Amino acid sequence: MYGLGLLKGMWLTLRTLGKTYARETPPYTYQWPEEQSYVSPRVRGYGFVWWEDRCTGCATCAKSCPHGVIEVITRPGPDATYMVEEFRIDIGICMFCGLCVESCPYDALRYTNEIAASYYERGKMVKGKYQLETATERSSAYGRPFYEEQLRAEGKVRLPRWVEQALAEEAREATHAAHTQTRTAP
Amino acid sequence: MLDFWHSTWLYNPAGLVTALLSALPTAAPDWLRTLLASLFGLIGLLAFIVPSQLGVVWIERKVIARIQQRYGPNRVGPVGLLQPIADALKIMAKEAITPAQGDRLVFWAAPILFFLPAFLVWAIVPFGPTMLYSDLNIGVLYLVAVGSVSVIPVFMAGWSSNNKFALLGAMRAVAQSISYEVPMVLSLVGIILLAGSLQVSAIVSDQLSRGIWYVFLQPLGFLIFFIAASAELNRTPNDMMEAESEIVAGYHTEYSGMKFGLFYVAEYTSLLVLSALMSALFFGAWGLPFVDQIVPPWLIFIGKLYAFFLVFVWLRGTLPRLRIDQLMHFAWKYLLPLSLVNLMLAAAQVVLLEGVLPPSSRLASWVLAAINLALGLFLLLGWARLFNLPGISRPLTRRGAPIEPLRRAGEALRS
Repeated sequence: MYGLGLLKGMWLTLRTLGKTYARETPPYTYQWPEEQSYVSPRVRGYGFVWWEDRCTGCATCAKSCPHGVIEVITRPGPDATYMVEEFRIDIGICMFCGLCVESCPYDALRYTNEIAASYYERGKMVKGKYQLETATERSSAYGRPFYEEQLRAEGKVRLPRWVEQALAEEAREATHAAHTQTRTAP
Repeated sequence: MLDFWHSTWLYNPAGLVTALLSALPTAAPDWLRTLLASLFGLIGLLAFIVPSQLGVVWIERKVIARIQQRYGPNRVGPVGLLQPIADALKIMAKEAITPAQGDRLVFWAAPILFFLPAFLVWAIVPFGPTMLYSDLNIGVLYLVAVGSVSVIPVFMAGWSSNNKFALLGAMRAVAQSISYEVPMVLSLVGIILLAGSLQVSAIVSDQLSRGIWYVFLQPLGFLIFFIAASAELNRTPNDMMEAESEIVAGYHTEYSGMKFGLFYVAEYTSLLVLSALMSALFFGAWGLPFVDQIVPPWLIFIGKLYAFFLVFVWLRGTLPRLRIDQLMHFAWKYLLPLSLVNLMLAAAQVVLLEGVLPPSSRLASWVLAAINLALGLFLLLGWARLFNLPGISRPLTRRGAPIEPLRRAGEALRS
C-alpha cells in the first residue's frame, strides 16, 4: 500500500546482497567443472561402460545400432569363443537411443551417469576399449537398481551437497550435545 | 597547504589543458585554441566514458548476481574483471546480419543515431567547477531536446527490421518515452524556477551558495524525475520495449554484432548520463559537506554518479516488469498531475518567498525543505487516494485483478 511493499522488496534484495557478500548465505551456484553437482546413479547419461569379461563379442549391440556407431573387431579365441580386439563407440554420432544397451544378452554394455560429454576435438568422442572399461564406477543404475545398491554398499555414490551438509550438521550437533551432557552431568 | 593541493592537476585536471593552451605561441589563431580546447575536452570525456562502459557492465552483473545469490562473472581475469572486454571482443567478431526484406540504409543508420544523442548529452555534465565541456546557457533545454531525440532511432530500428516483434517493441518504446518525457521536463522546471537559470553551472552554484541541495527543496520533483528517468532508460522495471519474455528482444531483435553492441553501449551511456545529471541537478554535483575541500571535485561527482548507477542496478535486481497499460496509466494519471501541482507549488514559493526568504539564509531553506517534504508526502498519498488507483487504495484479489469488476462480470454471467 502506497509503495511500502516496494520499499520492503528493496530492503529484502539489499539484505540478500549483503548476506551473499558476507557468505552468510553463500551463492547456490556450482562452479562446474571444479565443483560438480549431485547426479543420481539412476541417470541415463551421455557415456558408456563396457566390461571385457562379460562381453562375448557377439556384436548384437553393433547390429541393433540404427546409426552403426558401434564397431566390434574380434578374432577366434580358445574353446570356440571370440576374443574382442577392439570395441569402439562414436558418441559424437550416437543418439543415445539405448537399443544397444537393451539388446546386450550379457549385460556387458551399460550407460554411465555422466551428464557432460563435450570435447575440443571430434576424435576424442570416439571411445575405445580402454576408455569404456575405466568408466565402470559411474555405471548407470537405469533399469538395474542393484547397481545402485552395490555402489552405495561400496561407498562410491556421492550424496547431494545439501544432504552431506545436513548430515554433517546433524553429526556436529550430536557431538556438541554429547559434550554438553558430559559437562553438565556431574 | 590546501591552496597548493587545489592548484595541482590531480585536484583540477582542467589546469592541465589551460597550461597546454597557454604554452601555445601568442600568434596562434583563436580557432586553433578553440579546436584544441574542445579536442582535449573530448579526450577527457572519452577517458571517463569508455572505461566506465566496461566497469559498469561488470559492476551490474556482479551486483545483480549477488542479489540473486549467484557468483556472477568470475572466469575471465581476476574476479571476472576482464569479462566485459571478452564480451566486447566477441560482439565485434560476430557477423552483422541485415534482414533481406528490411530497409538497409535505415537499419544501418539506427544504431549510430541512437548512440549519438546519448553521447552528446555528456557535453553539459559538470565534472567540476572548471570541468564542463560546454557550459550552455540553455543547458537543461539542451538535455531535454537532445535526450528525447533517441526515440526516433529506436523507431527506425524497429521499422527497418521488417519484424513484427521489433515493430511492437519500437511502438511501445515511442509511447513510453514520449509519455514520460512530459513529467520529467515538468519536474525539471521546478528547479529551473528555483535557480532562475537553465545553465547547469548556475544551477549547481545556486545549490552550493544556498548550502542545500535541490533534492531537499524539491523532494517530490526529484521523485518524479527519478521515476521518469528510469522509465526513459527502458531498464528492467520498465523494459516493455525489449521485454524478452513477450517480444523476443524488442526493437533490436534483428540486430547482431557491433550494431547490437552500439545499442547496448548507448543504453549504458544514457544510464550513466542520467545518473550524472541527477547528481548534478538535484544533489549539488561536486558539493559534499566537509570533504569537498580535500577530495577532488571530479572524484566526488563520479562517486555520486556511481551511487545513482548502483541504485538503478538495485531497482533492476528487485522489481518485476510492469505491464504497458499500468505504465501509461501511471505516467498520465499519476505523475503528470503531480508534476503539475509540484510545478505550481514551486512557482508560488519562488514568487511569495522572494522577499521573505533570502537565498543566503540557511535556516529558512531548511524550514522550506521540511515544508516541501511534508507537502510532497501529502500530495503523493492524497493523489493515490483521490484517484483511487487500483492496487494502491483499493484491495486486489490474489491474482492482482480488482475485485469489483470481477464480481460484476460473474453476476452478469450467472444471470
